[in-house]
Amino acid sequence: MSLTLNSAGEISVFEALKKYLEYDFVRNALLVGLLISLCAGLLGVMLVLKRYSMIGDGLSHVAFGAMAVAAVAGLAPMTVALPITVLAAILLLWANEKGIIKGDAAIAILSAGAMAIGYLLLNIFPSSDTGSISGDVCSALFGSTSMMTLSESDVWLCVVLSAVVILFFLLCYNRIFAVTFDSDFARASGIRTSAYNLIISIISGVVIVLAMKLVGALLISALIIFPALTSMRLFRNFRAVVISSAVVAVIGSGVGLLLSLIYSFPTGATVVAVHLIIFMVCAAIGAATYKKE
Amino acid sequence: MSFFGRLKNSNGGAQLAENVIISARGVSLSYEGKTVASDLNFEVCDGDYLCVVGENGSGKSTLLKAIIGLKGVNSGELFVSDKARRAGLGYLPQTTPGESDFPASVREIVLSGCLNRIGNKPFFGKAERAAADDIMARLDILQLADKPFSQLSGGQCQRVLLARAYCAAGAAILLDEPVSGLDPEATQEMYRLISELNREDGKTVVMVSHDTDTALKYASKILYVGGTAGDNFFGTTEEYISVKNSLD
Repeated sequence: MSLTLNSAGEISVFEALKKYLEYDFVRNALLVGLLISLCAGLLGVMLVLKRYSMIGDGLSHVAFGAMAVAAVAGLAPMTVALPITVLAAILLLWANEKGIIKGDAAIAILSAGAMAIGYLLLNIFPSSDTGSISGDVCSALFGSTSMMTLSESDVWLCVVLSAVVILFFLLCYNRIFAVTFDSDFARASGIRTSAYNLIISIISGVVIVLAMKLVGALLISALIIFPALTSMRLFRNFRAVVISSAVVAVIGSGVGLLLSLIYSFPTGATVVAVHLIIFMVCAAIGAATYKKE
Repeated sequence: MSFFGRLKNSNGGAQLAENVIISARGVSLSYEGKTVASDLNFEVCDGDYLCVVGENGSGKSTLLKAIIGLKGVNSGELFVSDKARRAGLGYLPQTTPGESDFPASVREIVLSGCLNRIGNKPFFGKAERAAADDIMARLDILQLADKPFSQLSGGQCQRVLLARAYCAAGAAILLDEPVSGLDPEATQEMYRLISELNREDGKTVVMVSHDTDTALKYASKILYVGGTAGDNFFGTTEEYISVKNSLD
C-alpha cells in the first residue's frame, strides 16, 4: 500500500489511523484479520493441549501446495485449497489418533512434500495473470497485501465460517474440555469423541486456509499456537486459558495489522512478531508470578 | 469377532434380572491382538462391591474398558443393562489423564463428570454445580476446588478423579488401580472413601486391583482373572477365601 506516514511525522499516528479506517478495504481487512485470529486462538488451545501443534504447521504447507495446484489449474485458490486441506486435516488427526503415524516424522514428510510439489508446479507452469513466480510464492508463504484487496464474498465467507467456529466453541465448550482432557472418560460419558475429533479436524483445515490470507503458510502455526501458549503462562484453569487465548489473539493481531498498515511492514511477519513479543512478556510475568507460590 | 461382541453388548440388556447391572458369559478379551483373558463369567448387581484381581497383564484393565465401551470383546457376551447405561458409568482410569501442563482446575475436572447428566444442554446448571461441590466436600477436596490439577499430590489427584467418576456414576463406579503410586496413608484413605461411597450411597463399585488382601477386606464379590487358560474364579468374598484356603 502506498499510504504511508510521511517521514517528517507531520500527522500523528492516531490521525493516520483515523484516515485509514475511513477506507472500506481497511475495515474489511481488520474485520477478517481479527475474526481469523480469534478462531485460530480458540482452536490453538485444543491443538496445543492435544500435542497437535505441528499438525497445524504441516497443514499450512498442504494448503500452500493446494493453492499452487489451483493457480496452475486456473481455479479459484479457495475452492481447491479448502477441501484438500480439510481432507488432509481429517487424515492426519485420524492417523494420529489411531497411532498409525508417529507424529513428527510423518508430518515433516507431508509438509516438505507438499511445499516442494507446490513450488515445483508454480515454476513449471508460471501463472499467466501475474507473471511473477517469486511474488506469488512470497505472498503465499508470508501473507500478502491480498488482505487489502478482499472481495465482498471473501469477507462474507470469513465472517460466516468464523461465526460457525465461534458458535461451536461456545456451545460445545464443556464437551470440548472433556474430550481434550481425557477422551476415554468422555467416551465413557457418552460423548461421541470421534465426532468431536472430526469437527476439530475440519475447523483446523478451514482456519488454516483462511489464515493463509493473513499471515501466509509459513507463519500460520504461530497464529494458532502463540495465543494458547501465552495464556498457559498466565493461567492455570481451562476457562481462563480459552478466554485469554481469544483476547490475546485479537489484541496481538489487531496491533500487528495496524502497525503493518501505518509503517508499511509486511503484514504476516508483523502480526507474528507482535504475538512473539506478547508471549515473551507474558512468559516473564508468568514465571515471576508462579515462582512465588 | 469383536463386531459380534459389540452387537450383543448393546442389545442384550432386556434378558437380565432387574437388579443386574453387568453380566458376562464366556467373555474373552484381547489386548493389542493377543488374547489375555478367556471364559469370564460373572454378574454385577446393584450395590455390589466387586474386586477384580489377578496377575499383571491378565486383562483386568481391558475388562473395565470393555464394560464402559472403549473396547469390544473377542467372544462371549458382555451385557451392560440399558438402565445402567442410561444412568451412567463413572470411570477412574489407571493413568492420570491430561498432560502435566494441562490447565484445568479441580472444579472443572469434577464438573466434567456431570456431562452425562445434562443430555444435549450445552451448559451445567445449578444442580450439577451443587452435586460437584457436594462430592468434593465429602472427599475433602472442596478447599482445592480452584487449584490447578497439575499441582496436586498423588493422593489428591486420585480423590479428584474419584469425585469425577462419582458424578458420572448414576449406576456404577469403575476404578482401575485407584491406589497405584500412592503412599500407604493415602492408599488407606482412598480405600476408606470408596468403601464409604459403596455402603452409604449404595453405589455399585467395580475395582481392579492387584492388592488382594485389601480386596478381601472391602469387597463383597471377587473376580479372579486367570489369564488365557480361563482359570477364573467368581463368587462372594467368603467363597473366595474358603476356596483359597482349601488350595493352600
